[in-house]
Amino acid sequence: MLRIPCPFCGERDHTEFSYGGDAGVDYPQIDSTDEKAWYEAVFLRENPRGPHKELWQHNYGCRMWIVVERDTMTHEIFSAEPAHPGVKAQLEKEAAK
Amino acid sequence: MTRYSAWSVIRNGLTGQKGWDRAWRDPEPKDSYDVIIVGAGGHGLATAYYLAREHGIRNVAILEKGYLGGGSVGRNTTIVRSNYMMPGNTEFYEFSLRLWEQLSHELNYNVMFSQRGQIVLFHSPPARDAAARRANTMRMNGIDAEMLTRDQVRQRVPHLDFSDTARFPIQGAILQKRAGTARHDAVAWGYARAADSLGVDIIQNCEVTGVLREGGRVSGAETTRGVIKAGKVGLAVAGNTSRLAAMAGMGRLPIESHKLQAFVSEPLKPLLDYVVAYALPGGHFYISQSDKGGMVFGGDLDMYNSYAQRGNLPIYEDVAGCAVALMPCLKRIRLLRQWAGVMDMSMDGTPIISKTSIDGLYLNGGWCYGGFKATPASGWCFASTIANDAPHELNAAFTLDRFERGLQIDEKGAGPVPKLH
Repeated sequence: MLRIPCPFCGERDHTEFSYGGDAGVDYPQIDSTDEKAWYEAVFLRENPRGPHKELWQHNYGCRMWIVVERDTMTHEIFSAEPAHPGVKAQLEKEAAK
Repeated sequence: MTRYSAWSVIRNGLTGQKGWDRAWRDPEPKDSYDVIIVGAGGHGLATAYYLAREHGIRNVAILEKGYLGGGSVGRNTTIVRSNYMMPGNTEFYEFSLRLWEQLSHELNYNVMFSQRGQIVLFHSPPARDAAARRANTMRMNGIDAEMLTRDQVRQRVPHLDFSDTARFPIQGAILQKRAGTARHDAVAWGYARAADSLGVDIIQNCEVTGVLREGGRVSGAETTRGVIKAGKVGLAVAGNTSRLAAMAGMGRLPIESHKLQAFVSEPLKPLLDYVVAYALPGGHFYISQSDKGGMVFGGDLDMYNSYAQRGNLPIYEDVAGCAVALMPCLKRIRLLRQWAGVMDMSMDGTPIISKTSIDGLYLNGGWCYGGFKATPASGWCFASTIANDAPHELNAAFTLDRFERGLQIDEKGAGPVPKLH
């Protein structure tokens, strides 16, 4: 069992989450017609053995999407933060108070 | 190489089993070869064997970072079948099954291929339609398939859950009689012995740390046992394909590495004569009984990227639930072992056997759940691709650039989400 430290709910079993894959994918703008950029975003993955930033959604908790940095060999989890940049900034602001 | 025969078994039985030679050599790597195959798993060993036998290319080295057959060829649930329906897959897997049927004789090594038949269940009227379509597609391609009614399934495997309270009520099944199982380690050992006897060097404990290039062309490999030159290099390292491709300068691939678990129970008296499988939203499961009596089974992936060859407990629970939903009589059996292998999950669920953008570098990977049954055909096609610098007609669709060209072969229709294939 992975234990994921949700920034909103605290540490939870990974079975409360669903896996969303590589968080480092750079998607083109939705109206972009750059086929190569779409091909790379949809199909190509770094797939590292080692630290990997990936998306998880806390389905059975706060339902927020979070970015988890996890080692794909040891399964050690280094960090978990909100995927939404505005929410992340707000959370950091509140933590600094 | 001494040929194995009934006579050699009797003779050695009478002389204290002292007359057996080792099955393959343990050579030092030479400075250069015509072809290097990276990875002494089923596919790498089969490739080297067919390079030597079909194409006369015998100056071949197989480089293996660990020990021969220590990866996914020794970690699967040993099922062999050809029940595919997409063009590209259908003929490839059927060709593989035909090679399986001759394999023990061909290799002079008993791979214990047992064509006990595979029963794939369906549980609803729409699933019956989908099954009928699949069975018809198979038959139109010359592959054996029979539709079974609920009663016909019950006659064959009476101890599945046919009760009124069954979690997944059985409506019927597709039976492929020529499908079955094989002894997975024996496949690796048989190909290794046969390739070695044709002059192929199998070099274990030799990890590739870099792919050498001269003027844009491949010129060999850097390894933990020194530099080895070669005009052509073939990668057959499923699980680690992305890493080797990055090492070779190919950039990113349409592959994610996931782990898949397998389980074996304590040995039981003969209980299950067929391979039985089912897949539906909420359950995915396949089971057979080994010759030693253990129930061998598996289910879904662990569902997140991983290179760890060990599984997690939630899937353990999920698979156990699937097992009991299918065969309530398994409820009290104890598990003997459980393990995980690393799968190349490709973006369309279909493998890649292809030339690459680099001259002299060839790629074999992306096998998802299905690498074991493909072993003979994969080796056959990869050898042909390397020898002729062009794909065999059977792997012409398994190109690396099919994703960019919109020619994916998505058997399951799951889209570009590797964990779902």
